Amino acid sequence: MSEYLLQATQLSRRFNHHTAVDNISFQVQRGQVMGFLGPNGAGKSTTMNMLSGNLAPSQGQITIAGYDLLDEPRLAKATLGYLAENPPLYRELTVYEYLQFCARINQIPRTKIASAMQMAMDRCGLHSVTHRLIGNLSKGYQQRVGIAQAIIHLPAVVILDEPTVGLDPIQIREIRSLIRELGQDHAVILSTHILPEVQATCDQVQIINQGKLVFRDSIQGLEHRLQHNSLYVAFHQPPALDALQDLAGVESCESLGNGQFRVHYKEATSPAEQLVARSVAQNWRLYELRPEQASLEDVFMDLTHNEVVESET
Amino acid sequence: MNIFTLASRELRSLFLSPLAWSILAVVQFLYAYLFMGRLEGFLQIQARLSLMEKAPDVTELVIIPVFANIATILLLVIPLLTMRLISEERRSRSLSLLLSAPLSMSEIILGKYLGLLGFILCLLLLLLLTPLSLLGSGSLDFGLLFSAWLALLLLAAAFAAAGLFMSSLTQYPTLAAITSFGLLLLLWLFNMAANNVGDDGSTSVLAYLSLLTHYENLIRGVINSADILYYLLFITGFLVLSIRRLDGERLQA
Repeated sequence: MSEYLLQATQLSRRFNHHTAVDNISFQVQRGQVMGFLGPNGAGKSTTMNMLSGNLAPSQGQITIAGYDLLDEPRLAKATLGYLAENPPLYRELTVYEYLQFCARINQIPRTKIASAMQMAMDRCGLHSVTHRLIGNLSKGYQQRVGIAQAIIHLPAVVILDEPTVGLDPIQIREIRSLIRELGQDHAVILSTHILPEVQATCDQVQIINQGKLVFRDSIQGLEHRLQHNSLYVAFHQPPALDALQDLAGVESCESLGNGQFRVHYKEATSPAEQLVARSVAQNWRLYELRPEQASLEDVFMDLTHNEVVESET
Repeated sequence: MNIFTLASRELRSLFLSPLAWSILAVVQFLYAYLFMGRLEGFLQIQARLSLMEKAPDVTELVIIPVFANIATILLLVIPLLTMRLISEERRSRSLSLLLSAPLSMSEIILGKYLGLLGFILCLLLLLLLTPLSLLGSGSLDFGLLFSAWLALLLLAAAFAAAGLFMSSLTQYPTLAAITSFGLLLLLWLFNMAANNVGDDGSTSVLAYLSLLTHYENLIRGVINSADILYYLLFITGFLVLSIRRLDGERLQA
Protein backbone atom coordinates (compact mmCIF):
# COMPACT_ATOMS: atom_id res chain seq x y z
CA MET A 1 0.00 0.00 0.00
CA SER A 2 1.36 3.39 -0.87
CA GLU A 3 1.76 5.93 1.85
CA TYR A 4 -0.54 8.26 -0.04
CA LEU A 5 -3.46 8.62 2.31
CA LEU A 6 -5.50 10.71 -0.03
CA GLN A 7 -5.49 10.53 -3.77
CA ALA A 8 -7.65 12.57 -6.07
CA THR A 9 -7.53 11.64 -9.70
CA GLN A 10 -8.82 13.83 -12.52
CA LEU A 11 -11.51 15.35 -10.40
CA SER A 12 -14.11 17.53 -12.09
CA ARG A 13 -17.33 19.08 -10.92
CA ARG A 14 -19.82 20.93 -13.05
CA PHE A 15 -22.84 22.93 -11.98
CA ASN A 16 -25.11 23.30 -14.98
CA HIS A 17 -22.86 25.00 -17.50
CA HIS A 18 -20.34 26.24 -15.01
CA THR A 19 -17.29 24.12 -14.33
CA ALA A 20 -16.27 24.73 -10.73
CA VAL A 21 -13.43 22.22 -10.63
CA ASP A 22 -11.73 21.12 -13.79
CA ASN A 23 -9.71 17.94 -13.96
CA ILE A 24 -7.44 18.27 -10.95
CA SER A 25 -5.26 15.51 -9.52
CA PHE A 26 -3.18 15.44 -6.38
CA GLN A 27 -2.19 13.25 -3.47
CA VAL A 28 -1.27 13.77 0.16
CA GLN A 29 1.02 11.56 2.21
CA ARG A 30 0.94 10.64 5.86
CA GLY A 31 2.76 13.27 7.88
CA GLN A 32 2.10 15.99 5.38
CA VAL A 33 0.15 19.21 5.69
CA MET A 34 -1.05 20.31 2.30
CA GLY A 35 -2.08 23.92 1.90
CA PHE A 36 -4.84 24.51 -0.59
CA LEU A 37 -4.81 28.09 -1.72
CA GLY A 38 -6.95 30.06 -4.07
CA PRO A 39 -8.88 33.30 -4.45
CA ASN A 40 -12.58 33.36 -3.63
CA GLY A 41 -14.68 31.33 -6.01
CA ALA A 42 -11.71 29.39 -7.32
CA GLY A 43 -13.21 26.01 -6.47
CA LYS A 44 -11.59 25.44 -3.08
CA SER A 45 -14.74 24.71 -1.15
CA THR A 46 -16.18 22.63 -3.98
CA THR A 47 -13.04 20.49 -3.91
CA MET A 48 -13.23 20.17 -0.11
CA ASN A 49 -16.87 19.16 -0.38
CA MET A 50 -15.99 16.49 -2.89
CA LEU A 51 -13.12 15.15 -0.81
CA SER A 52 -15.36 14.91 2.22
CA GLY A 53 -18.19 13.14 0.41
CA ASN A 54 -20.64 16.03 0.67
CA LEU A 55 -20.68 16.44 -3.08
CA ALA A 56 -20.25 13.79 -5.74
CA PRO A 57 -17.68 14.60 -8.42
CA SER A 58 -18.95 14.79 -12.00
CA GLN A 59 -15.83 12.91 -12.99
CA GLY A 60 -12.79 11.42 -11.35
CA GLN A 61 -11.90 9.32 -8.39
CA ILE A 62 -11.10 9.93 -4.75
CA THR A 63 -9.28 7.36 -2.64
CA ILE A 64 -8.95 7.77 1.09
CA ALA A 65 -6.56 5.44 2.91
CA GLY A 66 -6.97 2.97 0.07
CA TYR A 67 -10.79 3.05 -0.02
CA ASP A 68 -12.65 4.54 -2.93
CA LEU A 69 -14.96 7.25 -1.62
CA LEU A 70 -17.68 6.45 -4.13
CA ASP A 71 -17.56 2.66 -4.06
CA GLU A 72 -16.91 2.14 -0.36
CA PRO A 73 -18.16 5.36 1.20
CA ARG A 74 -18.59 3.87 4.66
CA LEU A 75 -14.99 2.66 4.98
CA ALA A 76 -13.59 5.76 3.35
CA LYS A 77 -15.60 8.14 5.51
CA ALA A 78 -14.60 6.29 8.67
CA THR A 79 -11.01 7.37 8.05
CA LEU A 80 -11.91 10.93 7.23
CA GLY A 81 -12.38 13.98 9.42
CA TYR A 82 -13.89 17.10 7.95
CA LEU A 83 -14.35 20.60 9.26
CA ALA A 84 -16.43 22.63 6.83
CA GLU A 85 -16.17 26.38 6.46
CA ASN A 86 -19.00 26.81 8.94
CA PRO A 87 -18.39 24.34 11.75
CA PRO A 88 -21.26 21.82 11.75
CA LEU A 89 -22.46 22.24 15.31
CA TYR A 90 -25.67 21.60 17.20
CA ARG A 91 -25.99 24.76 19.22
CA GLU A 92 -28.51 23.32 21.67
CA LEU A 93 -26.15 20.57 22.87
CA THR A 94 -23.30 20.85 25.33
CA VAL A 95 -19.75 20.24 24.14
CA TYR A 96 -19.78 16.90 25.91
CA GLU A 97 -23.05 15.73 24.37
CA TYR A 98 -21.99 16.89 20.96
CA LEU A 99 -18.64 15.12 21.01
CA GLN A 100 -20.28 11.98 22.33
CA PHE A 101 -22.68 12.07 19.42
CA CYS A 102 -19.80 12.60 16.97
CA ALA A 103 -17.88 9.70 18.50
CA ARG A 104 -20.87 7.43 18.07
CA ILE A 105 -21.71 8.29 14.49
CA ASN A 106 -18.07 7.84 13.59
CA GLN A 107 -18.31 4.26 14.79
CA ILE A 108 -15.90 4.41 17.68
CA PRO A 109 -16.42 1.26 19.77
CA ARG A 110 -18.44 1.97 22.91
CA THR A 111 -15.60 1.16 25.28
CA LYS A 112 -13.26 3.61 23.57
CA ILE A 113 -15.64 6.56 23.35
CA ALA A 114 -14.59 8.08 26.69
CA SER A 115 -10.89 7.99 25.88
CA ALA A 116 -11.47 9.33 22.37
CA MET A 117 -13.42 12.26 23.80
CA GLN A 118 -10.67 12.92 26.35
CA MET A 119 -8.07 12.93 23.60
CA ALA A 120 -10.06 15.34 21.39
CA MET A 121 -10.77 17.69 24.29
CA ASP A 122 -7.11 17.61 25.39
CA ARG A 123 -5.88 18.44 21.94
CA CYS A 124 -8.33 21.24 21.37
CA GLY A 125 -8.23 22.64 24.92
CA LEU A 126 -11.92 22.17 25.61
CA HIS A 127 -11.81 20.99 29.21
CA SER A 128 -12.93 24.31 30.66
CA VAL A 129 -16.10 24.38 28.53
CA THR A 130 -17.10 20.70 28.60
CA HIS A 131 -20.56 21.27 30.02
CA ARG A 132 -21.44 24.52 28.36
CA LEU A 133 -23.89 24.87 25.51
CA ILE A 134 -22.17 25.17 22.16
CA GLY A 135 -24.46 28.04 21.20
CA ASN A 136 -23.14 30.10 24.10
CA LEU A 137 -19.45 29.60 23.32
CA SER A 138 -17.28 32.20 21.62
CA LYS A 139 -16.46 31.80 17.95
CA GLY A 140 -12.96 30.59 18.80
CA TYR A 141 -14.24 27.83 21.05
CA GLN A 142 -16.88 26.83 18.53
CA GLN A 143 -14.13 26.50 15.96
CA ARG A 144 -12.17 24.30 18.34
CA VAL A 145 -15.20 22.13 18.94
CA GLY A 146 -15.45 21.82 15.17
CA ILE A 147 -11.84 20.65 14.99
CA ALA A 148 -12.35 18.26 17.91
CA GLN A 149 -15.24 16.75 15.97
CA ALA A 150 -12.98 16.23 12.95
CA ILE A 151 -10.20 14.44 14.86
CA ILE A 152 -12.16 12.50 17.47
CA HIS A 153 -11.96 9.21 15.57
CA LEU A 154 -8.27 9.71 14.73
CA PRO A 155 -8.91 9.72 11.00
CA ALA A 156 -6.06 9.14 8.58
CA VAL A 157 -7.08 12.22 6.60
CA VAL A 158 -8.17 15.51 8.15
CA ILE A 159 -9.70 18.16 5.91
CA LEU A 160 -9.98 21.67 7.32
CA ASP A 161 -11.73 24.38 5.34
CA GLU A 162 -10.57 27.82 6.49
CA PRO A 163 -10.22 26.83 10.14
CA THR A 164 -8.92 30.15 11.44
CA VAL A 165 -11.53 32.51 10.00
CA GLY A 166 -12.90 34.82 12.65
CA LEU A 167 -10.44 33.91 15.38
CA ASP A 168 -8.30 36.31 17.37
CA PRO A 169 -4.49 36.23 16.91
CA ILE A 170 -3.84 34.09 19.98
CA GLN A 171 -6.44 31.55 18.94
CA ILE A 172 -5.03 31.54 15.42
CA ARG A 173 -1.59 30.69 16.82
CA GLU A 174 -3.02 27.87 18.87
CA ILE A 175 -5.00 26.43 16.00
CA ARG A 176 -1.96 26.61 13.74
CA SER A 177 0.20 24.74 16.18
CA LEU A 178 -2.60 22.21 16.53
CA ILE A 179 -2.61 21.74 12.78
CA ARG A 180 1.14 21.22 12.76
CA GLU A 181 0.77 18.67 15.49
CA LEU A 182 -1.94 16.87 13.55
CA GLY A 183 0.27 16.86 10.50
CA GLN A 184 2.77 14.62 12.24
CA ASP A 185 0.68 11.50 12.13
CA HIS A 186 -2.23 12.31 9.83
CA ALA A 187 -2.51 13.69 6.35
CA VAL A 188 -3.96 17.17 6.62
CA ILE A 189 -5.49 19.30 3.93
CA LEU A 190 -5.87 22.91 4.84
CA SER A 191 -7.83 25.26 2.67
CA THR A 192 -7.19 28.93 3.15
CA HIS A 193 -6.60 32.22 1.42
CA ILE A 194 -4.19 33.54 4.03
CA LEU A 195 -0.58 33.26 2.90
CA PRO A 196 1.16 33.48 6.30
CA GLU A 197 -1.05 30.63 7.46
CA VAL A 198 0.26 28.41 4.73
CA GLN A 199 3.83 29.46 5.46
CA ALA A 200 3.36 28.73 9.14
CA THR A 201 1.77 25.32 8.84
CA CYS A 202 2.16 23.58 5.50
CA ASP A 203 4.78 21.41 3.84
CA GLN A 204 3.16 21.34 0.45
CA VAL A 205 1.21 24.00 -1.33
CA GLN A 206 -1.11 23.94 -4.24
CA ILE A 207 -2.95 26.82 -5.75
CA ILE A 208 -6.23 26.54 -7.57
CA ASN A 209 -7.64 29.19 -9.82
CA GLN A 210 -10.82 29.03 -11.85
CA GLY A 211 -11.11 25.34 -11.13
CA LYS A 212 -7.64 24.47 -12.37
CA LEU A 213 -4.54 23.60 -10.44
CA VAL A 214 -2.03 26.29 -11.35
CA PHE A 215 0.76 25.64 -8.90
CA ARG A 216 2.03 22.74 -6.89
CA ASP A 217 5.26 22.72 -4.94
CA SER A 218 6.82 22.47 -1.53
CA ILE A 219 6.59 25.47 0.77
CA GLN A 220 10.20 26.36 -0.11
CA GLY A 221 9.19 26.44 -3.74
CA LEU A 222 6.42 28.87 -2.96
CA GLU A 223 8.72 31.06 -0.91
CA HIS A 224 11.15 31.14 -3.78
CA ARG A 225 8.34 32.32 -6.01
CA LEU A 226 7.49 35.01 -3.58
CA GLN A 227 10.98 36.54 -3.81
CA HIS A 228 10.48 39.57 -5.89
CA ASN A 229 14.13 40.49 -6.62
CA SER A 230 13.60 43.86 -5.11
CA LEU A 231 14.69 45.65 -1.94
CA TYR A 232 12.94 48.31 0.02
CA VAL A 233 15.37 50.87 1.50
CA ALA A 234 14.90 54.04 3.49
CA PHE A 235 17.43 56.73 4.41
CA HIS A 236 17.38 59.77 6.63
CA GLN A 237 19.69 61.55 4.20
CA PRO A 238 18.71 60.06 0.88
CA PRO A 239 21.25 60.05 -1.92
CA ALA A 240 20.42 60.93 -5.49
CA LEU A 241 18.57 58.25 -7.46
CA ASP A 242 21.56 57.85 -9.76
CA ALA A 243 23.83 56.93 -6.86
CA LEU A 244 21.66 53.86 -6.20
CA GLN A 245 21.32 53.04 -9.84
CA ASP A 246 25.11 52.81 -10.14
CA LEU A 247 25.38 49.91 -7.70
CA ALA A 248 26.40 46.62 -9.28
CA GLY A 249 23.47 44.37 -10.18
CA VAL A 250 20.81 47.04 -9.91
CA GLU A 251 18.37 47.01 -12.78
CA SER A 252 16.23 49.94 -11.91
CA CYS A 253 15.34 52.17 -9.03
CA GLU A 254 12.27 54.09 -8.06
CA SER A 255 11.79 56.75 -5.45
CA LEU A 256 8.82 56.32 -3.15
CA GLY A 257 9.30 59.79 -1.58
CA ASN A 258 10.45 60.64 1.94
CA GLY A 259 13.83 59.03 1.43
CA GLN A 260 12.35 55.64 0.57
CA PHE A 261 13.34 53.69 -2.51
CA ARG A 262 12.57 50.43 -4.22
CA VAL A 263 15.61 48.82 -5.84
CA HIS A 264 15.07 46.11 -8.45
CA TYR A 265 18.01 43.85 -9.13
CA LYS A 266 18.96 40.95 -11.36
CA GLU A 267 18.35 37.45 -10.10
CA ALA A 268 20.88 36.33 -7.45
CA THR A 269 22.81 39.61 -7.37
CA SER A 270 21.35 41.32 -4.36
CA PRO A 271 23.05 44.67 -3.81
CA ALA A 272 22.18 44.74 -0.12
CA GLU A 273 25.70 44.37 1.17
CA GLN A 274 27.09 47.05 -1.12
CA LEU A 275 24.23 49.32 -0.27
CA VAL A 276 24.97 49.16 3.42
CA ALA A 277 28.69 49.71 2.89
CA ARG A 278 28.03 52.68 0.62
CA SER A 279 25.55 54.16 3.05
CA VAL A 280 28.07 54.06 5.88
CA ALA A 281 30.83 55.48 3.74
CA GLN A 282 28.75 58.34 2.41
CA ASN A 283 26.59 58.88 5.50
CA TRP A 284 23.17 58.30 3.90
CA ARG A 285 21.92 57.15 7.31
CA LEU A 286 20.19 53.98 6.24
CA TYR A 287 17.49 53.01 8.75
CA GLU A 288 15.52 50.32 6.96
CA LEU A 289 16.40 47.63 4.46
CA ARG A 290 14.26 44.63 3.65
CA PRO A 291 13.76 42.25 0.77
CA GLU A 292 10.30 42.65 -0.68
CA GLN A 293 7.87 39.78 -0.90
CA ALA A 294 5.16 39.37 -3.40
CA SER A 295 1.68 39.17 -1.96
CA LEU A 296 -0.46 36.16 -2.63
CA GLU A 297 -2.41 38.25 -5.11
CA ASP A 298 0.80 38.89 -7.04
CA VAL A 299 1.51 35.19 -7.14
CA PHE A 300 -2.04 34.50 -8.29
CA MET A 301 -1.72 37.13 -10.98
CA ASP A 302 1.64 35.78 -11.99
CA LEU A 303 0.45 32.19 -12.09
CA THR A 304 -2.81 32.79 -13.86
CA HIS A 305 -0.98 34.46 -16.69
CA ASN A 306 1.26 31.45 -17.08
CA GLU A 307 0.36 28.04 -18.37
CA VAL A 308 -1.36 25.53 -16.14
CA VAL A 309 1.30 23.52 -14.34
CA GLU A 310 0.84 19.84 -14.95
CA SER A 311 1.19 17.85 -11.79
CA GLU A 312 4.50 15.99 -11.63
CA THR A 313 3.12 12.74 -10.21
CA MET B 1 -27.24 1.24 16.07
CA ASN B 2 -26.39 4.30 14.04
CA ILE B 3 -30.05 4.93 13.46
CA PHE B 4 -30.66 4.77 17.15
CA THR B 5 -27.85 7.26 17.86
CA LEU B 6 -29.27 9.68 15.33
CA ALA B 7 -32.80 9.20 16.63
CA SER B 8 -31.86 9.85 20.24
CA ARG B 9 -29.96 12.98 19.24
CA GLU B 10 -32.99 14.20 17.31
CA LEU B 11 -35.33 13.49 20.19
CA ARG B 12 -32.99 15.20 22.61
CA SER B 13 -32.73 18.31 20.47
CA LEU B 14 -36.53 18.39 20.15
CA PHE B 15 -36.97 18.31 23.89
CA LEU B 16 -34.33 21.02 24.26
CA SER B 17 -36.39 23.37 22.12
CA PRO B 18 -39.28 25.36 23.57
CA LEU B 19 -41.32 24.50 20.47
CA ALA B 20 -41.75 20.86 21.44
CA TRP B 21 -42.79 21.67 24.98
CA SER B 22 -45.28 24.30 23.90
CA ILE B 23 -46.76 21.91 21.37
CA LEU B 24 -47.18 19.29 24.08
CA ALA B 25 -48.81 21.87 26.34
CA VAL B 26 -51.13 23.33 23.72
CA VAL B 27 -52.31 19.95 22.46
CA GLN B 28 -52.89 18.76 25.99
CA PHE B 29 -54.83 21.88 26.86
CA LEU B 30 -57.08 21.72 23.80
CA TYR B 31 -57.56 18.03 24.36
CA ALA B 32 -58.60 18.54 27.96
CA TYR B 33 -61.05 21.25 26.92
CA LEU B 34 -62.64 19.09 24.21
CA PHE B 35 -62.74 16.12 26.52
CA MET B 36 -64.49 18.04 29.26
CA GLY B 37 -67.09 19.38 26.85
CA ARG B 38 -67.90 15.91 25.58
CA LEU B 39 -67.97 14.43 29.03
CA GLU B 40 -70.37 17.14 30.19
CA GLY B 41 -72.70 16.31 27.29
CA PHE B 42 -72.47 12.62 28.07
CA LEU B 43 -73.39 13.14 31.70
CA GLN B 44 -76.49 15.07 30.69
CA ILE B 45 -77.86 12.27 28.54
CA GLN B 46 -76.56 9.44 30.69
CA ALA B 47 -79.90 8.95 32.44
CA ARG B 48 -81.72 8.50 29.13
CA LEU B 49 -78.97 6.23 27.81
CA SER B 50 -79.37 3.87 30.72
CA LEU B 51 -82.94 3.19 29.58
CA MET B 52 -81.78 2.14 26.09
CA GLU B 53 -80.86 -1.35 25.14
CA LYS B 54 -77.29 -1.69 23.76
CA ALA B 55 -76.63 1.95 24.47
CA PRO B 56 -73.32 3.42 23.29
CA ASP B 57 -70.91 3.73 26.23
CA VAL B 58 -68.52 6.44 27.29
CA THR B 59 -65.75 5.23 24.97
CA GLU B 60 -67.95 5.62 21.94
CA LEU B 61 -69.58 8.87 22.92
CA VAL B 62 -66.70 10.74 24.53
CA ILE B 63 -63.29 9.34 23.67
CA ILE B 64 -63.74 8.53 20.00
CA PRO B 65 -65.18 11.94 18.98
CA VAL B 66 -62.42 13.69 20.91
CA PHE B 67 -59.79 11.56 19.21
CA ALA B 68 -61.32 12.51 15.88
CA ASN B 69 -60.89 16.16 16.80
CA ILE B 70 -57.31 15.53 17.86
CA ALA B 71 -56.57 14.29 14.34
CA THR B 72 -57.32 17.76 13.02
CA ILE B 73 -55.09 19.31 15.64
CA LEU B 74 -52.30 16.92 14.66
CA LEU B 75 -52.70 18.04 11.07
CA LEU B 76 -51.85 21.55 12.21
CA VAL B 77 -49.16 20.63 14.68
CA ILE B 78 -47.06 17.93 13.00
CA PRO B 79 -45.80 20.19 10.18
CA LEU B 80 -44.40 22.45 12.90
CA LEU B 81 -42.47 19.52 14.32
CA THR B 82 -41.19 18.23 11.01
CA MET B 83 -40.29 21.55 9.43
CA ARG B 84 -36.84 21.77 10.97
CA LEU B 85 -35.73 18.16 10.61
CA ILE B 86 -33.58 18.65 7.53
CA SER B 87 -34.04 22.25 6.47
CA GLU B 88 -32.58 23.54 9.72
CA GLU B 89 -29.52 21.32 9.40
CA ARG B 90 -29.08 22.52 5.89
CA ARG B 91 -29.35 26.13 6.91
CA SER B 92 -27.00 25.90 9.86
CA ARG B 93 -24.64 23.79 7.72
CA SER B 94 -24.57 20.98 10.24
CA LEU B 95 -25.66 18.53 7.55
CA SER B 96 -22.01 18.14 6.50
CA LEU B 97 -21.32 16.49 9.85
CA LEU B 98 -23.69 13.66 8.95
CA LEU B 99 -22.68 13.50 5.31
CA SER B 100 -18.97 13.13 6.02
CA ALA B 101 -19.54 10.58 8.77
CA PRO B 102 -19.73 6.89 7.88
CA LEU B 103 -23.53 6.91 7.61
CA SER B 104 -25.76 6.07 4.70
CA MET B 105 -28.52 8.37 3.54
CA SER B 106 -31.13 5.86 4.65
CA GLU B 107 -29.66 5.83 8.13
CA ILE B 108 -29.78 9.61 8.32
CA ILE B 109 -33.41 9.80 7.18
CA LEU B 110 -34.57 6.85 9.28
CA GLY B 111 -32.75 8.18 12.33
CA LYS B 112 -34.44 11.53 12.02
CA TYR B 113 -37.81 9.95 11.39
CA LEU B 114 -37.58 7.59 14.35
CA GLY B 115 -36.48 10.45 16.60
CA LEU B 116 -39.58 12.39 15.66
CA LEU B 117 -41.71 9.28 16.04
CA GLY B 118 -40.41 9.01 19.58
CA PHE B 119 -41.74 12.47 20.27
CA ILE B 120 -45.09 11.68 18.66
CA LEU B 121 -45.32 8.59 20.83
CA CYS B 122 -44.83 10.74 23.94
CA LEU B 123 -47.53 13.11 22.72
CA LEU B 124 -50.01 10.31 22.06
CA LEU B 125 -49.26 8.40 25.25
CA LEU B 126 -50.15 11.53 27.18
CA LEU B 127 -53.49 11.55 25.39
CA LEU B 128 -54.19 8.05 26.71
CA LEU B 129 -53.95 9.16 30.33
CA THR B 130 -57.15 11.20 30.36
CA PRO B 131 -59.48 8.37 29.24
CA LEU B 132 -57.82 6.12 31.80
CA SER B 133 -58.85 8.58 34.50
CA LEU B 134 -62.46 7.57 33.79
CA LEU B 135 -61.68 4.05 34.95
CA GLY B 136 -62.33 5.13 38.52
CA SER B 137 -66.04 5.58 37.81
CA GLY B 138 -66.80 3.09 35.06
CA SER B 139 -65.42 0.75 32.48
CA LEU B 140 -63.95 1.43 29.05
CA ASP B 141 -64.05 -0.46 25.79
CA PHE B 142 -60.31 -1.14 25.58
CA GLY B 143 -60.50 -2.70 22.12
CA LEU B 144 -62.09 0.39 20.68
CA LEU B 145 -59.76 2.67 22.60
CA PHE B 146 -56.74 0.82 21.27
CA SER B 147 -58.00 0.87 17.72
CA ALA B 148 -58.69 4.60 17.87
CA TRP B 149 -55.30 5.25 19.43
CA LEU B 150 -53.60 3.16 16.74
CA ALA B 151 -55.46 5.22 14.15
CA LEU B 152 -54.06 8.41 15.66
CA LEU B 153 -50.56 6.96 15.76
CA LEU B 154 -50.63 5.81 12.15
CA LEU B 155 -52.09 9.10 11.04
CA ALA B 156 -49.47 11.11 12.92
CA ALA B 157 -46.69 8.87 11.59
CA ALA B 158 -47.97 9.42 8.05
CA PHE B 159 -48.11 13.20 8.61
CA ALA B 160 -44.54 13.07 9.93
CA ALA B 161 -43.23 11.18 6.89
CA ALA B 162 -44.79 13.70 4.50
CA GLY B 163 -43.47 16.56 6.61
CA LEU B 164 -39.98 15.08 6.64
CA PHE B 165 -39.98 14.93 2.86
CA MET B 166 -41.10 18.54 2.60
CA SER B 167 -38.35 19.52 4.99
CA SER B 168 -35.79 17.79 2.79
CA LEU B 169 -36.76 19.99 -0.14
CA THR B 170 -35.85 23.37 1.27
CA GLN B 171 -33.61 25.21 3.66
CA TYR B 172 -36.39 27.37 5.10
CA PRO B 173 -38.29 25.72 7.95
CA THR B 174 -41.36 27.92 7.50
CA LEU B 175 -41.54 26.97 3.85
CA ALA B 176 -41.35 23.31 4.82
CA ALA B 177 -44.15 23.83 7.37
CA ILE B 178 -46.55 25.55 5.02
CA THR B 179 -45.98 23.15 2.13
CA SER B 180 -46.42 20.09 4.30
CA PHE B 181 -49.55 21.59 5.80
CA GLY B 182 -50.89 22.22 2.29
CA LEU B 183 -50.08 18.71 1.16
CA LEU B 184 -51.66 17.09 4.20
CA LEU B 185 -54.78 19.20 3.97
CA LEU B 186 -55.14 18.32 0.30
CA LEU B 187 -54.85 14.61 1.05
CA TRP B 188 -57.37 15.10 3.81
CA LEU B 189 -59.82 16.88 1.55
CA PHE B 190 -59.68 14.26 -1.19
CA ASN B 191 -62.31 12.52 0.83
CA MET B 192 -64.68 15.47 0.66
CA ALA B 193 -64.25 15.77 -3.09
CA ALA B 194 -64.96 12.09 -3.48
CA ASN B 195 -68.17 12.41 -1.49
CA ASN B 196 -69.36 15.36 -3.50
CA VAL B 197 -69.03 13.76 -6.90
CA GLY B 198 -71.23 10.83 -5.98
CA ASP B 199 -70.86 7.10 -6.01
CA ASP B 200 -70.51 6.12 -9.66
CA GLY B 201 -67.18 4.45 -8.89
CA SER B 202 -65.01 6.96 -10.75
CA THR B 203 -64.26 8.83 -7.57
CA SER B 204 -63.23 5.88 -5.50
CA VAL B 205 -59.57 6.42 -6.36
CA LEU B 206 -59.60 9.85 -4.77
CA ALA B 207 -61.47 8.54 -1.79
CA TYR B 208 -59.00 5.73 -1.49
CA LEU B 209 -56.06 8.13 -1.52
CA SER B 210 -57.56 10.24 1.21
CA LEU B 211 -55.89 10.03 4.60
CA LEU B 212 -59.27 10.46 6.22
CA THR B 213 -61.05 7.42 4.71
CA HIS B 214 -58.63 4.96 6.21
CA TYR B 215 -58.58 6.82 9.46
CA GLU B 216 -62.37 6.66 9.81
CA ASN B 217 -62.41 2.88 9.62
CA LEU B 218 -59.82 2.50 12.32
CA ILE B 219 -61.34 5.00 14.66
CA ARG B 220 -64.68 3.17 14.48
CA GLY B 221 -62.85 0.13 15.77
CA VAL B 222 -62.43 -1.70 12.50
CA ILE B 223 -58.81 -2.77 12.22
CA ASN B 224 -58.46 -3.59 8.57
CA SER B 225 -55.09 -4.70 7.22
CA ALA B 226 -55.73 -2.69 4.04
CA ASP B 227 -55.96 0.50 6.07
CA ILE B 228 -52.83 -0.27 8.02
CA LEU B 229 -51.04 -1.15 4.82
CA TYR B 230 -52.14 2.16 3.30
CA TYR B 231 -50.43 4.07 6.08
CA LEU B 232 -47.31 1.92 5.97
CA LEU B 233 -47.06 2.43 2.21
CA PHE B 234 -47.62 6.15 2.62
CA ILE B 235 -44.85 6.36 5.21
CA THR B 236 -42.41 4.20 3.23
CA GLY B 237 -43.11 6.18 0.08
CA PHE B 238 -42.27 9.52 1.62
CA LEU B 239 -39.22 8.15 3.43
CA VAL B 240 -37.85 6.75 0.17
CA LEU B 241 -38.51 10.07 -1.54
CA SER B 242 -36.61 11.87 1.24
CA ILE B 243 -33.65 9.52 0.92
CA ARG B 244 -33.56 10.00 -2.83
CA ARG B 245 -33.84 13.71 -2.45
CA LEU B 246 -30.92 13.90 -0.01
CA ASP B 247 -28.85 11.63 -2.21
CA GLY B 248 -29.75 13.62 -5.31
CA GLU B 249 -28.49 16.79 -3.72
CA ARG B 250 -25.00 15.32 -3.64
CA LEU B 251 -25.18 14.34 -7.30
CA GLN B 252 -27.25 17.05 -8.90
CA ALA B 253 -25.44 19.00 -11.57
